[in-house]
Amino acid sequence: MKTISLAAAALMLSATSTFAQEPIKIGFISTFSGPSGQLGQELLDGFKLGLKSVGDKLGGRPVELIQGDDQTKPDVGRQLADKMIESDRVQIITGINFSNVMLAVAKPVLEAGAFVFSINAGPSQYAGKLCHPRYFNASFQNDTLPEAMGIYLRENGLKRAYLMAPNYPAGKDFLAGFKRTFKGEIAGEVYTAFGQLDYAAEIAQLRSVKPDAVFFFYPGGMGINFVKQYAQAGLKDQIKLYGPSFSMDQTVLPGMGDAAVGAFVSTFWSEDFDKPASRKFAADFEAAYGRIPSPYAANAYDGARMLDAALQSIGGKIEDKAAFQKALETVKFDSVRGNFKFNSNHHPIQDSYLAEIVKDAKGRPVMKKLELIKAEQADSYVGECVMKAAN
Amino acid sequence: MGAALFIEQSLNGLQLGVQLFLMAAGLTLVFGIMNMINLTHGSLFMIGAFLAAALLARTGSFVLALLIAVPATALAAALLEAAVLRRFYHRGHLDQVLVTFGLIMVLNEIVRMIWGPVPVPMPLPQMLSGSVTLLPGVVYPSFRLAILGVGIAVAVALYVIVAHTRIGMWVRAGASNRDIASAMGVNVELIFSLVFAAGAALAGLAGIMAGPISAVQVGMGEPVLILALVVTVIGGIGSIKGAFIAAILIGVVDTFGRVLLPPALGSMMIFMMMAAILAWRPRGLFPVHG
Repeated sequence: MKTISLAAAALMLSATSTFAQEPIKIGFISTFSGPSGQLGQELLDGFKLGLKSVGDKLGGRPVELIQGDDQTKPDVGRQLADKMIESDRVQIITGINFSNVMLAVAKPVLEAGAFVFSINAGPSQYAGKLCHPRYFNASFQNDTLPEAMGIYLRENGLKRAYLMAPNYPAGKDFLAGFKRTFKGEIAGEVYTAFGQLDYAAEIAQLRSVKPDAVFFFYPGGMGINFVKQYAQAGLKDQIKLYGPSFSMDQTVLPGMGDAAVGAFVSTFWSEDFDKPASRKFAADFEAAYGRIPSPYAANAYDGARMLDAALQSIGGKIEDKAAFQKALETVKFDSVRGNFKFNSNHHPIQDSYLAEIVKDAKGRPVMKKLELIKAEQADSYVGECVMKAAN
Repeated sequence: MGAALFIEQSLNGLQLGVQLFLMAAGLTLVFGIMNMINLTHGSLFMIGAFLAAALLARTGSFVLALLIAVPATALAAALLEAAVLRRFYHRGHLDQVLVTFGLIMVLNEIVRMIWGPVPVPMPLPQMLSGSVTLLPGVVYPSFRLAILGVGIAVAVALYVIVAHTRIGMWVRAGASNRDIASAMGVNVELIFSLVFAAGAALAGLAGIMAGPISAVQVGMGEPVLILALVVTVIGGIGSIKGAFIAAILIGVVDTFGRVLLPPALGSMMIFMMMAAILAWRPRGLFPVHG
């Protein structure tokens, strides 16, 4: 009898230890090639640094990261997700940067029983009607930063705003988000072709309208072109530029140089956040990769640490999906962004700030945090979400 | 639209036009003479911009960057031609498109490995960073005026070389009928190598001049390549004159289309124009081949 119970105990022990050794498998789908390839790299660099800061383990278990390049194509992202679910048996899909890729990937992943954990893309559908017990967005909902800038400009008595964005779904969402809170006069609303190179014609029209402010959303190279040409047209000191951080963060600021200095952004995090976790992150990132991190990298870093904190609280047992969902919903971790908690739709409630683009001691353009625009800002879709019970 | 705005937009259109012409000139000659579709032309535009940005950061002199980066781009193109493209002259267009498309990705990744994923800064030269008042109420950035000037100067120089020199005669002969020109004793292979390097130098020049007003980043050549291909097709393949007129036409139509028409229609204007012109003249405005 004694030997049997000893053997059973030994078996149980070895079972737990093999369980503890078994790696947690994460599929990291992002854009690594083409003009937007730097966004995937930025997210991956931040995520890996976050993993490193918690000993390269999640909840005490080793991590196996399987990478895939979606090439900004929803169908490629979907194929990668199918492969990662079926042959690699990943438990979490993360890394996706484009909302259209997210919309193609999330459904099959959720149907297969795995978790979707976004560290960037925040399409409105999954914050509202499509919200799901195993879908978490640890970064933002697309509309919230333009809404924050709308609040700031409205509260500061600005009358006429001129809006510009590329003619594609996210461009329209961002301007709609701004208009939802701004409420002032819209002096012009211009959609340019996606990937346009020359904005001279639009800038000449803008000059003739003489608005009080310009709110623009141009991610990547489009933003660099626009901001440089705006400065070269001599408008930089006459009409101030405002945008969400995506228009002017460290993924594009080095390319913009002086042209961006003096513009304003709304953001959840900036390089100068005076908080130990944030200072450590910014210093470690620059030491590791030789460049200043952007909010993309900060969210990815937070994402890895958030997963670790949630898994720590349940002893690493990601296989217990209901427990993992609960653990994430109530997760406590030291965010580089300051206040962070999940809303009932699994999207963040966090503080939004105004920041100005200034030069740092080495002459590089950076975001300088100015004031809190809105504390504990939630997204506009939470009311449409009825969160179902875990399965 | 007031008179001042109209003049400013016309200048914008012309300036975009000459920039496109610099890209299209090399593309159309290579296509015209060797019947070679070279999609890496956009990559040469990118390489020119990156080289100039790196040199500018190192030396602080825009003129020096320009003087070194243009021949360096031509050299890179000559290496590319000798190493890969030369093997594809006598293959079909599909093979050429596939190999040059693949090369775009390879070159993009090489540039990313060297300069990293984040766009590279390239400030304006100090002398040209301001604006000029051309007429009362018409203020125009001086760097864009410089682009306009350089573009027109290059166009005139190319016209003189192609129309009034012996090398130009060989180039025209090669473009009109390669086999007959070859039989008449013109060394078409040599002419082609020269034209390829010269075309690359022009693409590099276009990239360098685009650098300070746009993003020096991986993949910056692709949207320009598409416009340059449209210019080549509208102008007539192999025709310098056609490329110049088509480039100006596209620059002006695109600029005015974007501000006067709704966005969806405005961004389609040049393609609708291409369809209309090709329906009227299927070989372009100034076809070279009989």
